[in-house]
Amino acid sequence: MSAPTFDLGKLHGGLRLPGHKAASTAAPIADVPIPSQLVLPITQHVGDPAQPVVGIGERVLKGQLLAEPDRTLGAPVHASSSGKVVAIEPWPVSRRFGDNAPCIIVECDGEDRTIEHVETAKDFVSLQPRDLLLQILRGGIVGLGGAVFPTAQKLMQAQTCETEYLILNGVECEPYISCDDMLMRERAAQILGGARILMHALQIDACYVVVESDKPEALHSLEMELGELDDDRLVLKQVPTIYPSGGEDQLVQLVTNREVPSGGLPTDVGCLVQNVGTVAAIHDWIVNHEPLISRVTTVAGDGIANPMNVRARIGTTIGDIVAFTGGYAERADHLIIGGPMTGKSVSTDRVPLVKATNSILVVLKTSFQGRELPCIRCGDCASVCPIQLLPQQLFWHACADNEAKLREFGLTDCIECGCCDLVCPSHIPLTANFKIAKGRIQELADEKARAERARRRFEARNERLDREKQDRDAELARQKESAKQAGPAAIAEILKRKKQQEEDD
Amino acid sequence: MWIAIITFTLIALGAGLALSFVSRRLPSDAGDLVEQVNELLPQTQCGHCGYPGCRPYAAAIVEGAATVNLCPPGGKATVQRIAKLLGKEIIPLAKQVEPSVAVIDESSCIGCMHCRNACPVDAIVGAQHFMHTIIESECTGCELCVAPCPVDCISMRFLN
Repeated sequence: MSAPTFDLGKLHGGLRLPGHKAASTAAPIADVPIPSQLVLPITQHVGDPAQPVVGIGERVLKGQLLAEPDRTLGAPVHASSSGKVVAIEPWPVSRRFGDNAPCIIVECDGEDRTIEHVETAKDFVSLQPRDLLLQILRGGIVGLGGAVFPTAQKLMQAQTCETEYLILNGVECEPYISCDDMLMRERAAQILGGARILMHALQIDACYVVVESDKPEALHSLEMELGELDDDRLVLKQVPTIYPSGGEDQLVQLVTNREVPSGGLPTDVGCLVQNVGTVAAIHDWIVNHEPLISRVTTVAGDGIANPMNVRARIGTTIGDIVAFTGGYAERADHLIIGGPMTGKSVSTDRVPLVKATNSILVVLKTSFQGRELPCIRCGDCASVCPIQLLPQQLFWHACADNEAKLREFGLTDCIECGCCDLVCPSHIPLTANFKIAKGRIQELADEKARAERARRRFEARNERLDREKQDRDAELARQKESAKQAGPAAIAEILKRKKQQEEDD
Repeated sequence: MWIAIITFTLIALGAGLALSFVSRRLPSDAGDLVEQVNELLPQTQCGHCGYPGCRPYAAAIVEGAATVNLCPPGGKATVQRIAKLLGKEIIPLAKQVEPSVAVIDESSCIGCMHCRNACPVDAIVGAQHFMHTIIESECTGCELCVAPCPVDCISMRFLN
């Protein structure tokens, strides 16, 4: 079966942003040398932290399992190079909430010896889809577009739905970031190989490789590779350069003209979206047995001397990576992990590169907006919102902390793309407000769920106590009744026996 | 004009009588209100309010026997929500407690079952003469297990 072609769907709102990508795409991807020390956070994914399975002082090899998830949602962490575990301790990381997280610190020996894998290299086609998914689970692979949802769990969820299309997300719409662009230029074969592995694992017969029109080199390289593959299940698609068309739901809408329902997933409309970096990582793991221990990241911004894309081992500190590229420019004010729209600014370059780090951005203070003024209700934010929300109303209700209204106006569907911030003439940090409000809504929901569970347990316990009391009463009544039936003679007999016993003692 | 005055007086009288009849005859929604207040309480069943559980306290609030500010685990937010529901004034919390969970020092536990019997949400597991432990995720931090322990091996660990 070949993939049918759709007319492109339409994205509401969005912005045409200056790309700032030329500087970082001039040179090929450079390899950052192995650092003297690796810092590997045990939480680099959505879900529960992975539990360390190595001790302090233990020697580890490249690709060795360091931490394993113990609950359902999570991904393992592997050693990015060989060396010795010197500590497992809190270390500054770039996270949405909190600044320190437990990390496994590995002192590298520089030999970079690889662990021998028990499984021999097998052709993936000979593997059962189920085994293939379990294999992917062990590779520590997470969504490399930035959401870091454990890939295996996403695939297992997709397996339970009727998934028609695999969509490869090569739409890197956020300014400055160009790591996927470079990956598509240089490693198109691996990306398409990974896509074919996924299509086999999930028995999907159609795959769209979606790339923005401002990446002609990437398009060319994928086209060449597709021509060589000669597999008509894979189709290359070009979409216009509009931020944020690279969002999962937005991409589904663009490519298939199907709208992902509020609170739903792309699989609800028969689509599975994977970042191109993720599928390349799947290819590396299944074919070459290399777990996710390195990634390509963009080092860019006005505060960087030589913007470029680098491939670095997970756990290399940002400072080391920036130093490798040629250091900071004369003026460098802010360090942002992630893109300018969705990234998080951090206060130190000691933070490590993690699986989520698609970009290291150093900017100057002047690139920031002006002072916050009151909302004038111009409605510009609503016209750019890709989810068709009403940010000015949401802002109003967020200030009043009105949970019911926030839900009614669809705050939970906000993808935090930052378009409304950018167009707001009053410079109101809308997205930041929405993030806080979302956190509060989640907190309230958690509290409610906790109270409900406690109430159920309390009621169940009361029921049990009642039941036990009834049983006891019934037993007592039965004994009384049987004694009554036996008559006074039998009671006298029993009392006599008891007395005899006491005398014997 | 007199006709109008008399007509409206009669209508008002009739409506008033009908309303008072309806409010007397139809079942009151007090039970429902207790349920609503109970839903706003954190269900720790800790008894800090002086009532043997969250529902009895909710009933007392609705009857007017208790004020709305007696629930320390619920905090300020719960006071606000209950006051809003019942149209009462928001008053400061009578007593504050930090969120916590109970922890059993398992090496000292003698397996007497006293704490297990005291726990209102069955969050303590253990058999007689064997070590007991607390299921942390189910513990509501009510502190009811602390006092019955004969060897004082239960302590409260603050969450924040």
